[in-house]
Amino acid sequence: MREVEKRYGALRALAGVSLAVRQGEFFGLLGPNGAGKTTLISVIAGLARADAGSVAVMGADVSADYRRARRMLGVVPQELVFDPFFSVRETLRLQSGYFGIRRNDAWIDEVMHHLDLDAKADANMRSLSGGMKRRVLVAQALVHKPPVIVLDEPTAGVDVELRQDLWQFVRRLNRDGHTIVLTTHYLEEAEVQCERIAMLKAGRIVALDTTENLLASFTGPHPGDLEDVFLQLMRKH
Amino acid sequence: MTGFATLFAKEVLRFWKVAFQTVGGPVLAALLYLIIFAQALGANARVFDGVPYTAFLVPGLVMMSVLQNAFANSSSSLIQSKVTGNLVFVLLAPISHFEFFAAYVLASAVRGLVVGLGVLAVTAWFVELRVAAPLWALAFAVLGSTLLGVLGLLAGLWAEKFDQIAAFQNFLILPLTMLSGVFYSIQSLPAAWQAVSHFNPFFFMIDGFRYGFFGASDTAPATSLAVVAVSLALASALALRLLRNGYKIRT
Repeated sequence: MREVEKRYGALRALAGVSLAVRQGEFFGLLGPNGAGKTTLISVIAGLARADAGSVAVMGADVSADYRRARRMLGVVPQELVFDPFFSVRETLRLQSGYFGIRRNDAWIDEVMHHLDLDAKADANMRSLSGGMKRRVLVAQALVHKPPVIVLDEPTAGVDVELRQDLWQFVRRLNRDGHTIVLTTHYLEEAEVQCERIAMLKAGRIVALDTTENLLASFTGPHPGDLEDVFLQLMRKH
Repeated sequence: MTGFATLFAKEVLRFWKVAFQTVGGPVLAALLYLIIFAQALGANARVFDGVPYTAFLVPGLVMMSVLQNAFANSSSSLIQSKVTGNLVFVLLAPISHFEFFAAYVLASAVRGLVVGLGVLAVTAWFVELRVAAPLWALAFAVLGSTLLGVLGLLAGLWAEKFDQIAAFQNFLILPLTMLSGVFYSIQSLPAAWQAVSHFNPFFFMIDGFRYGFFGASDTAPATSLAVVAVSLALASALALRLLRNGYKIRT
């Protein structure tokens, strides 16, 4: 993304963000509430339109070539949203269809299996627990086998078991070549999972480096602690 | 095409899964109107020459149900998806604004027509109906349900809360349908009210549909069809423009 700007009235949600995530990378996007993380993801996903600048996913412009760009992307939204009219399997079949894929049951079964959703395949979405709904959101983002997966705070309010399952599954996807973009407030998660990290504050990138370099470049009361680096950076800018 | 076909199928499934409420309910309501109006007013009402009031009433009730339910489908689906946030699944997909429009509107037309057929099937037992010009009836049913599907889409896009949709429905759609000549011929109105009726697009849809049954109408069917077609073209152009700009759905 090049020089991306986004305003909501007087608020400058993104103030000229330039960023390149490499193919196959596990990339973290950190920042306090209101820093612009979700706006940034919304612009990449086409849910919001940039006022200036350009964004491309694997070479496809998110505005001019939106169909190709959206096929490349699998987005797991932050909110626990679902359609109460359908079962888990119906939800995944519909999502496949939206992406132009008709007979996708073999892959849908595989995704459900990896996310431990087999037993709930025919259950209505309404009847699922929060954790199960979160798993379905992840499955929905994967039905079209996107090369780039965006996870917007995927572990917010999630129990330990699901968190571990989720990370195991996402790491596997990353090993298989999927690019992962992650936003989270849990800095220890970012520290463990991400190769590179961008820190956002008030719509600007205030740090962008490998996790290793970020940890090494700041000294504080707890050297090598990403939370400490984060707090120092946020105070500085 | 698969994206459009899936969204269309989803919108149809959505009302069909709760058909008791979305089809059965309106059919029962229309039946109650028929019984009450035909029994209580039937003897006094004066409509087309040689057409009994109950027979006159049936096509009006069918078309009223078609229109109200086509509107209800797109408007309620869209506002529910917006409020609960699950519209995001469609917005993330490579579906064009035209496919989005066509899927929502056609599914609404299907609901309107299914309810209309249901009302016709139930009410036709009470009267001897002839269908003088079936193609006219079909044309008005299809264009009318499509137009109300588009209006429902516009309302769903504009509204941010359920009560705004309810206001649209109660203060615009309901009065316009009730005052469109479902229950009376506008020939029985004073001249001033007859003139006012001609500003109500719903009047032309009901009147034109009725022509398909009796071969008689208050206005020439070609004129009515032109009014409906122009209204549909204008509403569609507006809806497509709003969808292309992501009005209230993409920030």
